[in-house]
Amino acid sequence: MSQDQIGKTTRRAFLGTATVATAASLAVPAASEAQVGSSDDLVGATKLAQADANVPAQLMSRAKSGDWTKPAAMAIPKEGYFKLEQGRYGPTFPKTPANYGFTIIAKIKPGREQAIRAYGKKIENAVAGTPSVLAPLKLHYLRWVLFNIGGDTYFMYQGIFDTDFDKYTEDAITLFKQTGVDTVFENLEGFPMDWKTNAPAFGKFVREHQCPSFLEYGEYPFVTADEIKKALKVKAAVSAMLDQMQ
Amino acid sequence: MLEFDDIQHFLLTRVPALTGRYEFLSFQQPAQGRAWLKAIREKVPSAKAAAATVDLEKRWVSVAFTWNGLRALGVDEASLATFPDEFRQGMAARWQVLGDTGTNHPDNWVGGLAGPQLHAIAILFARDTAERNRSVREHNALLARIPGIKVLSSLDLEAIPSRHVREHFGYRDRLTTPEVEGTGIKPTPGSGPPIKAGEFILGYPDEDGPAPKLPQPEVLSRNGSYMAYRRLHQHVGAFRDFLREQGGPSAEGQELIAAKLMGRWRSGAPLVLAPDKDDPSLADDPQRNNNFNYGKMDPQGYAVPLGAHIRRMNPRDTAVNINRRKVLRRGATYGPPLPDGAPEDGADRGVAAFVVCASLVRQFEFVQNVWVNDPTFHELGNERDPIIGAQDGTYDMTIPKRPVRRKIKGLPAFTTVKGGAYFFLPGIKALQYLAALDG
Repeated sequence: MSQDQIGKTTRRAFLGTATVATAASLAVPAASEAQVGSSDDLVGATKLAQADANVPAQLMSRAKSGDWTKPAAMAIPKEGYFKLEQGRYGPTFPKTPANYGFTIIAKIKPGREQAIRAYGKKIENAVAGTPSVLAPLKLHYLRWVLFNIGGDTYFMYQGIFDTDFDKYTEDAITLFKQTGVDTVFENLEGFPMDWKTNAPAFGKFVREHQCPSFLEYGEYPFVTADEIKKALKVKAAVSAMLDQMQ
Repeated sequence: MLEFDDIQHFLLTRVPALTGRYEFLSFQQPAQGRAWLKAIREKVPSAKAAAATVDLEKRWVSVAFTWNGLRALGVDEASLATFPDEFRQGMAARWQVLGDTGTNHPDNWVGGLAGPQLHAIAILFARDTAERNRSVREHNALLARIPGIKVLSSLDLEAIPSRHVREHFGYRDRLTTPEVEGTGIKPTPGSGPPIKAGEFILGYPDEDGPAPKLPQPEVLSRNGSYMAYRRLHQHVGAFRDFLREQGGPSAEGQELIAAKLMGRWRSGAPLVLAPDKDDPSLADDPQRNNNFNYGKMDPQGYAVPLGAHIRRMNPRDTAVNINRRKVLRRGATYGPPLPDGAPEDGADRGVAAFVVCASLVRQFEFVQNVWVNDPTFHELGNERDPIIGAQDGTYDMTIPKRPVRRKIKGLPAFTTVKGGAYFFLPGIKALQYLAALDG
């Protein structure tokens, strides 16, 4: 067994536990009954879920209309989607209360931890220099995390954004090249070294290392970053107007 | 340096054709397909040859192949495997990516285009109907000599009689087209810089840098290009009804609605430069008719609604990496025009066009998937391209307006996809290579 395979096994085992539990408890109402039935505290919630097997359909409809008026949580099947819909490079993922996003987890090449950490500073400087530099990615938040499992170090790239990543794969690659983020991926095992001229291979790596969420929650669901910024601008304008009226 | 003598003229030369015909073909045996190709390839001019004779010539022939067609000619499996996934799958298999759902689904396509038996297309362009008929007779004579070439379907093309190129809804067409670097053609003001040849022709540097890896062998792919064929039936009666319903009884009101859907008046005058009233003289002036942007000149869409057709097909300064999404358009209208004031007669009419690019997935499919059909394009939420989007009566169209915007709910479909295919348009040497294969 090669090191790469070992890495994969570990990652699968680690993530697999959570994912299997998820699919059982939330996506399938019958299973959720069985699991939480023993806990009195959760009976109410369980009944609610049982009573309404149409929650995903309602959430989809709220996602489509961008209904942010009440918080929403969505349990997502193991595959990461409810219905297979083919995108340009693979399945597309549904819009959830936390919009779109991905969580890429990959083992780093031995001895590359410091190199990866240094990219934190690099991105900080890039954004400080050109605040709009990451705008094409339609991001809300990025989280980069390094962690250990059994002596190996893993890199987690978690992003929450406003469009399915299938749509902007090429723009993301171009942006990574422009900002120098590109090379952070080169520290990861299994990353295609010809990715600059091979967009499909880049997309494939991302998809193979993407771990779909099994639960996503939004306190203000389905809202895009642009809409939030617009709303805050309106608020600021109204506030300034009220001040001037004093 | 572009190899004009090896590039099919179809990619670079706009010929003065007013009629034409597409022949969709299937080969029973590889040797039969190659015999057909061997005979017809002598009629296929390079860009260089066509440019030299364009004023005298009356007929032009182009040929292209599906992935199944390359296999049917005898291209070996190792070579076939080096072509990109989307081309290998073919357009019909990509229906979800393209939004070809409901009545647009490949199950409803006509002419045998959705199946694996579609191998090739012969594009016969002609100056007039008599010349077209001559080409068809000659091609039929060729088919009579070579057994095993089946015509799956044919489509006759007719330009709509007009001073300018128009389509059936009455809009002037072909006002914006990217110019290819190396052709020496200077883009008109506002059209942006010439685009690197590698965006349209295989084997050249593209907007991202050096030429990407080619399908193998190089002699087969170099100077070739991919073409997405789309046959769109246009519901002219429904379109005119909609203009009357939404625009009111006055011609001006109806013209304004037509202009808002497109982003240009039907004359071709761009709304950004003529927001309130049509200006045909502006449309006729190539120094002005494309000289506008959206980011600075119309950020809110008060002139061109954010979801209007031309704003989606070419967002200009409001999209990133736009030079990586450009495509060339070729093709024509088909079917009889519906006379002004006449009720819908049910005739089959529309456009039958090719989108030409170096990467179907990055260029054509992106435009179709994101710019045409993504409901959240420009934060709109529930809109698709009003002209060519996958409309099923559940999407809207927002027309920004002061003091209050106008929202049209439940836009009907004005077009239906009736067929489509992914073709590879080989270079001249590649045609020779294919014709000389054995096996």
